[in-house]
Amino acid sequence: MSFPWAEQYTPKHPVMQWVDEKLPLPRLVYNAVGAGYPVPRNLNYFWNFGVLAGLALVIQIVTGVIMAMHYGANDLVAFGTVEQTMRDVNAGWLMRYAHANGASFFFIVVYLHIFRGLYFGSYKAPREMVWLLGLVIFLLMMATAFMGYVLPWGQMSYWGAKVITGLFGAIPVVGEPIQTWLLGGFAPGNASLNRFFSLHFLLPFVIAGVIILHIWALHIPGSSNPTGVEVKGPQDTVPFHPYYTAKDGFGAGVFLIAFSILLFFAPNFLGHPDNYIEANPLSTPAHIVPEWYFWPFYAILRAFTVDFFFIPAKLLGVLAMFASILLLFFLPWLDTSPVRSGRYRPTFRKFWWILLGDVAVLGYCGGAPAAEPFVMISQIAAAYYFAHFLIILPLIARFEMPLPLPGSITEAVLATYGKTDGETAAVPAE
Amino acid sequence: MVRIGAFLVGLFFAGWLFISFLVGAYSYVTEPPAATVEHEFHLAPKHVAFSFDGPFGKYDKAQLQRGFQVFKEVCSACHSLKFVAFRDLEALGYNEAEVKAIAKQWAIKTPSVDPATGEASTRDPVPADHFPKPFANNVAAAAANNNAIPPDLSLMTKARHHGSAYVYSLLTGFQDQPAELLKHFPDAKTPEGLHYNPYFANLNLAMAPPLSAEGQVTYGDGTKASVDQMAQDVSAFLTWTAEPKLENRHRAGLATIIFLLIATGLAYMSYQNIWADKKKAAV
Amino acid sequence: MASVEQTDGTGPSGEDGVRRRDFINIAAVSFAGVGGVAVVLPLIDQMNPSADVLALASTEVDLSAIQPGQAIKTTFRSQPLFVRQLTAKEIAEADKVDPATLRDPQTLEERTVDGKKQWLVTMGVCTHLGCVPLGAGEGENRGEFGGYFCPCHGSSYDTAARIRKGPAPKNLEVPKYSFTSDTAILVG
Repeated sequence: MSFPWAEQYTPKHPVMQWVDEKLPLPRLVYNAVGAGYPVPRNLNYFWNFGVLAGLALVIQIVTGVIMAMHYGANDLVAFGTVEQTMRDVNAGWLMRYAHANGASFFFIVVYLHIFRGLYFGSYKAPREMVWLLGLVIFLLMMATAFMGYVLPWGQMSYWGAKVITGLFGAIPVVGEPIQTWLLGGFAPGNASLNRFFSLHFLLPFVIAGVIILHIWALHIPGSSNPTGVEVKGPQDTVPFHPYYTAKDGFGAGVFLIAFSILLFFAPNFLGHPDNYIEANPLSTPAHIVPEWYFWPFYAILRAFTVDFFFIPAKLLGVLAMFASILLLFFLPWLDTSPVRSGRYRPTFRKFWWILLGDVAVLGYCGGAPAAEPFVMISQIAAAYYFAHFLIILPLIARFEMPLPLPGSITEAVLATYGKTDGETAAVPAE
Repeated sequence: MVRIGAFLVGLFFAGWLFISFLVGAYSYVTEPPAATVEHEFHLAPKHVAFSFDGPFGKYDKAQLQRGFQVFKEVCSACHSLKFVAFRDLEALGYNEAEVKAIAKQWAIKTPSVDPATGEASTRDPVPADHFPKPFANNVAAAAANNNAIPPDLSLMTKARHHGSAYVYSLLTGFQDQPAELLKHFPDAKTPEGLHYNPYFANLNLAMAPPLSAEGQVTYGDGTKASVDQMAQDVSAFLTWTAEPKLENRHRAGLATIIFLLIATGLAYMSYQNIWADKKKAAV
Repeated sequence: MASVEQTDGTGPSGEDGVRRRDFINIAAVSFAGVGGVAVVLPLIDQMNPSADVLALASTEVDLSAIQPGQAIKTTFRSQPLFVRQLTAKEIAEADKVDPATLRDPQTLEERTVDGKKQWLVTMGVCTHLGCVPLGAGEGENRGEFGGYFCPCHGSSYDTAARIRKGPAPKNLEVPKYSFTSDTAILVG
């Protein structure tokens, strides 16, 4: 599952030799994220976000397991136990704020990771499976984040749970029984809180498992790179360790600085004040909004305001919201251009930027109150979102004239550094 | 096949969204949404500077003690502070004995059980107790307050946007309804029993102005108890009740970021150093 | 570091350059290690008792209703606490024993407050494996030495709650306490 020139694991210490014979786990790690994994030498900083997402997951699992030690999953005490964690538990405030902001940072790096993949065509053959598994991780993250947000049992927790489970109520005939089944009652209550807690604890470990598959699938063709040109030989790659471990170490430092600024100096910036009010089934907050990372999808949900003959607008919104994620599963077969990287696709690149702006606009509208002009703006933006993936991308793939591709990764690197000194370039990079 | 299906689905969603947009735009133009009184007259909180603002902010303990005094003498008659314990007051600069005395003399007693009869009774709070609630339950609270339940104040400054400034603005924002408002929205006259306040989300709130006269409390440290001063002090106190660990957070944050800057600088040098031979080989 | 080995001899400044560059890598990795250790500290500390638990670390006990020969069982730091008023006969029995013959030599004086020899305050936690001994409740088995008897493995304590027979290694623990009045103690 690797290039023939990959470095071989050769344990020097007799203990390591013994372990390698009985259980070749060190070998596995060496070949996965050690010197045994040859990686294109031209990756830019956008390739840091996969490792950073892994770091974010570790932060979430560590702080989450600790939060669970102090949490009481009961609707009568849940809000109070979270407050007690913040006030009385040693370093409890740090754990709680790290967990809440860690979720946001997890989504920030994952969104950057996804848009990186969209720009550089990382979803294309032979890496379709990597993309599909990544989307599975994304869906699991969304489910985990949603259920986690319910746990503090504040006003937004409660009404978020009510609204999101209410989406299932839009399904004809079986909708309401499904909603009641999901909640274990007719409204969010103790039963809902307990099952959400149980699943919120479980799903991150499922995510960790799918991440292993994601990396496994990645290692079969090897990492993509900014040129989109496949690796041709040893001169195109460097070993993951120490080259990319060093680069990822620097990336992790920058990530942790950004995370710490928010965590220590504006820990409630991304949260909603209403979640500091205990859940009250008799009083609805003025605007119910989910956490920021769901805003684009929430905007799509609310953009449908007109019934389509016998299909009510609410059901259309629900279908469109799920479709907006599910369509990404078909992306490798919608964009058939043989050129991967947006660098060599002038038309595709322009539309990629439009998509980025479009999703930002959707996000803004999703966080805004459900009033004009935000609904009209989100209708146009949502229309573009669907058109982009389902209509525009297949058409671009058909009609676009790509720019000439470099012959190899090394050639592109040499071009970047300006001087093409034949002699030095001929020396194998190894 | 996939692309034909996708094209049709895309056409459907995009097309129907466009039609929805046209329908919405049409009604927006023909029946523009009426301006609401909240939209026109609601004000954002005033700008007010506190010692705990900014990344190096710290609480002013003297101010917190004054704010606590305002809470004790004014707010606590109706508002609970259920997530705060008397022992927490040591952070305001009171010593153990003072906290014990404050708890013992607190006007509201802690619910308890009579050890002889098992019947409900009360006892003096001790430092380990949370502040007892002024009303036994929400029904009692509503009955005593014209059907409006006074909210718990422990987290109030985190439960509103710009909470510290919000509490200050609300306390100093009671006023008569502007004539302009009544001219444009004659139906929006403040109902009997409510009080006009432009900093409150729907402009009329059940709470009567709690801080109304200068010298309503007498500060032990000689600070002049103007309404503005009392409002600032109690806002600071309620910021502390909502975020008692703010100073720990700022301290830890500063140390963490300094450490990370150095570590990241070293990581960058190490990264450059490891890649040096690759870049050389390229050029 | 692999890269350093690879650049050997090709480095512009020879040996010194290599060492300086090596140093940066080591410094970066050590810094990350120090950071990792610093992060672990709060992760460990969060499992210590929280402020609300520590606030309940002392308990006041009212003694006025305890008659000579009677004992009560209350709680101190979430564990059983035995408070017993000894009769004159029980005090005499305890004083009769030569401490030197005991497994955990202590006199009744050493285990009570000066001048309040009749008040025996001990944890109700057997020093063997932590069961709650019998003898504080009305009509419970007090064992062959008239003090407390642990039913788990048969440890018998005498009227000064000293271990006399059975597997327990130590006398029942006497917590730190003081009299706040003639009829009340503050434990902890």
